[in-house]
Amino acid sequence: MKKGSGRSRFVFLCAAPAVLLFMVFMIIPTINVFRMSLFRRSAYSVNEEFVGIENFARLMSDENFIRSMQNTILLIVVVTIVTFAFALVFAAILTREEIKGQNFFRIIFYIPNILSVVVISAIFSAIYDTNNGMLNSLLSLLSGKTVAILWKGETVVMTSLIVAMIWQAIGYYMVMYMASMASVPQSLYESAGLDGAGRITQFFQITLPLIWTNIRTTLTFFIISTINMAFLFVKAMTSGGPNGASEVALSYMYKQAYTNSSYGYGMAIGALVFLFSFGLSALVNMVTRREPLEF
Amino acid sequence: MEQTKKTSAERLYKVFIYVALITLAISIFVPVAWVFMASVKENSEFYGNPWAMPAGFYIQNFADAWGKARMGEYMLNSVLVTALALLILLVVALPAAYVLSRFEFRGRKFLNAIFMGGLFINVNYIVVPIFLMLVDGDKFLQEIAGSGFLLNNIFVLSLVYASTALPFTIYLLSGYFSTLAHDYEEAAYIDGAGYGKTMIGIIFPMAQPSIITVILFNFLSFWNEYIIAMTLLSDPKGGKTLPVGLMQLTQAQQSAAQYGQLYAGLVLVMLPTLILYICVQRKLTQGMTLGGLKG
Repeated sequence: MKKGSGRSRFVFLCAAPAVLLFMVFMIIPTINVFRMSLFRRSAYSVNEEFVGIENFARLMSDENFIRSMQNTILLIVVVTIVTFAFALVFAAILTREEIKGQNFFRIIFYIPNILSVVVISAIFSAIYDTNNGMLNSLLSLLSGKTVAILWKGETVVMTSLIVAMIWQAIGYYMVMYMASMASVPQSLYESAGLDGAGRITQFFQITLPLIWTNIRTTLTFFIISTINMAFLFVKAMTSGGPNGASEVALSYMYKQAYTNSSYGYGMAIGALVFLFSFGLSALVNMVTRREPLEF
Repeated sequence: MEQTKKTSAERLYKVFIYVALITLAISIFVPVAWVFMASVKENSEFYGNPWAMPAGFYIQNFADAWGKARMGEYMLNSVLVTALALLILLVVALPAAYVLSRFEFRGRKFLNAIFMGGLFINVNYIVVPIFLMLVDGDKFLQEIAGSGFLLNNIFVLSLVYASTALPFTIYLLSGYFSTLAHDYEEAAYIDGAGYGKTMIGIIFPMAQPSIITVILFNFLSFWNEYIIAMTLLSDPKGGKTLPVGLMQLTQAQQSAAQYGQLYAGLVLVMLPTLILYICVQRKLTQGMTLGGLKG
């Protein structure tokens, strides 16, 4: 086979369409997020006006933005911790114990992950409905009197959101951990068992350290993913309401940039959240660094 | 005495983990099943106890959702967008992943690095810049050709879907291609096959399992996606995809109270993914650990 021009033409033809699409629809828009954050552009004026860091300066005193960041951080912390705890424990149970219907549980737990967030939001709206919701009528039945809690009201809306997000995420991470736990050799548990180590000791001394690399990776991804999932849930479930009580960073960005047509301001939020998510991931990555263990 | 004490503690533990597993399984299964049940209820039934069984099979909900709520039309759009996006994605990503993983050429390292970086760019950040790019494009087209066609165009939507799925898809396919021995190509070249023929006739058929994984994951994400669809198909009277139509229905439902239609619509969105999941659940949960993280 002759080398040279035919070969490089082949490489070019194969790579060019992908590079072109990737450039047009991902790289340029990403650069635009940062570029536009320094400009003012609205729906009716064609011209962009350079304003420097004015958008960012305004953000620092925007109470709605600060509230949306607080909500985002709350979701990152609570959803991450609870989902991780549940996913790890259930994965350990399903891989370590002899459970009847192990496969059945795995299949059921993974279902939320294949549903659209729109569907999940509609399901949870049916659960949280004040008058004819599943949750309130169940509580009424159990307590014997009429319960009419406003699950999407200002005070509890974040808790309701957290529950929905955890419901969605557990199965995904559980399956992920099941795979890495299955690769831990059985012999380690057997010898630990002979030494008298109980289940809980085994979990903390063997399982966790040996799948630590996997946990670290998922943790980093989880932070980025929670910021995004929070947006999808808020957009479909609460639209940020009532009174902005459930607004999160990216939903506020979308509101400013798309609904409100304050493109520059919206993109300043986007740029800030982008950097925030990377910074936080890097931080978590650094804090969780351990010597990798071999088995 | 010691022996019986140990077994009873053991039994208690077993009971406890079964209770935990079954509780989680119920909390996932029941809400999903409830939607199916609610989809055949008559509207008046929604004002009573939500746990009551449906009085009969009120199939009219599906007919209303399909016709009146335009779900049939939206479903066709969703099928078209998903199929088209998958087609574009495979045609573009397969050759690119092939040359990026198996050919030495200048700039290969750089291209691999930027596609890798693309894994960290979430579409939620760049959806507004993409929208503005299309708005500007339409304005430009209007000036030179009299009309723009980039917005409210399901082909453009498919193109955006395919482009934003490129990093993950190329990452996954490259991972597979780079495990193959170079002997395959050398043998084919000796037999006189050209580069293109070798790639399409020999390498792609071998990659079938990875291609199926790619199709599965991207089918789920394209079918369920709604942020990009909502932004790029912005004409209120124009075509929509199924999740966007459903979201509109949830918002309309709060005022017009068309519960039956809403839940019938939910079933229409869920059913394809659920059927697919039941058929390929093992492949999906295995593919997930193979392909690494997404979501």
